[in-house]
Amino acid sequence: MSEHSLQVENLTVSYRRIPALHHVGFSVPCGSCVAVLGPNGAGKSTLLKALAGLLELETGSVSFHGRQMQGASREFAYLPQREMVDWDFPTTVRGVVEMGRYLRVRWWRRFSKEDGAAVDAALEAVQLAPLQDRQISALSGGQQQRVFIARALAQEAHVLLLDEPFTGLDQPSQESLKLVFKQLKNEGKLLLLSHHDLQNVPDLFDRVVLLNGELIAAGTVAEAFTRDNLTRTYETRVFSGVNHGLAI
Amino acid sequence: MDWLFEPFQHVFMQRALAACVLVGFLNGFMGGFVMLRRMALMADSLSHSLLPGLAVGVLLFGLAPAGLFFGALSAALLVALGAQLLSRGSRVKEDTALAILYTVAFSAGVVLLSFVKVRVSLLHYLFGNILGVSNQDLWVSYGVAGLVLPLLVAAERPLQLLLFEPSVARSQGIATGILNVGLVVALVLTMVSSLQAVGVILLLGLLISPAATVYMLCDSYAALLWGGGALGVFGAVTGLWLSYWLGLPSGACIVLVLGAIFCLAYLLSPRYGLLPKIWRSRHFHQESLARWEKH
Repeated sequence: MSEHSLQVENLTVSYRRIPALHHVGFSVPCGSCVAVLGPNGAGKSTLLKALAGLLELETGSVSFHGRQMQGASREFAYLPQREMVDWDFPTTVRGVVEMGRYLRVRWWRRFSKEDGAAVDAALEAVQLAPLQDRQISALSGGQQQRVFIARALAQEAHVLLLDEPFTGLDQPSQESLKLVFKQLKNEGKLLLLSHHDLQNVPDLFDRVVLLNGELIAAGTVAEAFTRDNLTRTYETRVFSGVNHGLAI
Repeated sequence: MDWLFEPFQHVFMQRALAACVLVGFLNGFMGGFVMLRRMALMADSLSHSLLPGLAVGVLLFGLAPAGLFFGALSAALLVALGAQLLSRGSRVKEDTALAILYTVAFSAGVVLLSFVKVRVSLLHYLFGNILGVSNQDLWVSYGVAGLVLPLLVAAERPLQLLLFEPSVARSQGIATGILNVGLVVALVLTMVSSLQAVGVILLLGLLISPAATVYMLCDSYAALLWGGGALGVFGAVTGLWLSYWLGLPSGACIVLVLGAIFCLAYLLSPRYGLLPKIWRSRHFHQESLARWEKH
C-alpha cells in the first residue's frame, strides 16, 4: 500500500499472558473512516489501545507513513469511552482542547499566538467555538465527544482512535458527529472507531476491520462487510478466551 | 485593631503564624491534586502511618525534628509503596492493601510509643501543637515547601493531563507512572511538614477542605490550586487566631474554620451550591408551569 497508510503486522497483545489479539495484520489508507467491529471481548478496545501505545505489543509492529511506531506518539490521539472521563473536572471546553497543546509548550512558557490559533481552529472544526467557556459536564453526549476530537486536532494528530464514540448518542448528535468525521476524513486524517451497531456501518464508514480475537477480515465496506464475514465474526469463537474458560 | 494583632506580639505566636502560612499554603495547593486524583482516603491512611515512623524516630534520635521528619517520611513511603507492591499482580486491590498496612503501622506506632522513655504525649502527635513549633520545625517546613512547591508548579500541566484522563495522557507520551509516584512522595512530604501544626488525625482536613471549597466555586484548574493555597493560609491563620482568644486547641480550630467555610460554599455557591440549585429548580418549574398555562 502507499506511503499514506497505517500498517499493522502480526500484532499480538496479551493481558497477563492471556492473548486478547492474535497475529492481527491489516493496512488502511489515510483519509478513511474505519469501523473496528466484533463481539464483546473480541479485542476492539485492545486494538485501539495498542495502536495508541498504551499496551505492550507481544509480537508484531505498527507503521505509519512507512515509519515504525514505538510506544506513544503525538501523531496518534486516543479518545476514551465517555464513561471513563470525569466530567466534573474543573475545566472548560477550551481548557480540554488546550490540553492537546500542552506537550508542545514548555512548562514555564505561556501559550503562544500559534497555540491559541490552533485551539481556535480545532474548536471551529467541531463547531464548539460558541460553547468554549462552558464547564464540560454542561454538554450533551455528542458535544462531549466533539471536545475530545478537538483536543486531538489541537494536538495535530493524524490518526484518531475512538472507543465507541457513537454509543448512547441520539440521532441528531450522531449526524453532527458523522459530519465532523467526514470533514476530517476529507482532510486526510485516519479515523479508527470501535463500533457495535451493525445497522449503520455502511452509512458511517468506508472501511471495516472485523475482529474476533484474530482478524476475520479487513477492507472496504463493499469488500469485507459481507454476510459471510459477519457470521464468521460473530459466531465463531476460535481464539476467544471464553472458549478456554478464561476471563479476559 | 489591638485585638487583631495582639496575639502575634509573642514570639511563639509569630513562629506559629509563619508555620500556618507555610503549611496552610502547601496543603491547600497539594489538596487540589489529591482531590482530583481521588487520593483523599489514601492520604488519610498515609497520615496514620506517620505515627510508627515518629515512634522509631523518637526511640533512635530523641525529639530532634530531623529524626522525626525522616522517621515519619520513611514510614509513610514504606506504606504507600508497600500497598502498590502488594496490589500489583494480586487479587488484593490497592485500597484493601492500604487499609491493612496502615492499621498495622498505626498499631505498631501506638505500641512503640509506649516504649519511649522520653515523656512525649501521644496527643501531641495526634492533634498537633502549633504553639510548640520550634525554629528547627520551621526550617523543615521551609525546606519541604521550597522543594515540593516548585516541582508541583513545574509539573502542573502534565499533572493536569494525568488527573483529567490517565489513558489519554499516556497516549500523549506522558510518563504517568513516574508522575503518580512523584505525587505520592509530594503528598507524604507535605503531610510530614504539617505534623507539628495539626497532627496525624487532623492533617486531612487542612489538606482537603480548601481544595474542596474552591472546587464548589469555580471551574478552573489553576484557580483550584492557587485558590486552595490561599484559602489554606486564611483558614490556618484564622484558626490560630481564634484558638489564642478562645484558649482552644489550635489544630482543631484550624480544621473547624476550614470546615465552616466549606459548608458555606456547599450551601451558597452560585453555580453548584445546594440552595441556589433548589431555588433555580423551583424557579424553572414555576416558569414552565406559567408557560404551559398561557397556552
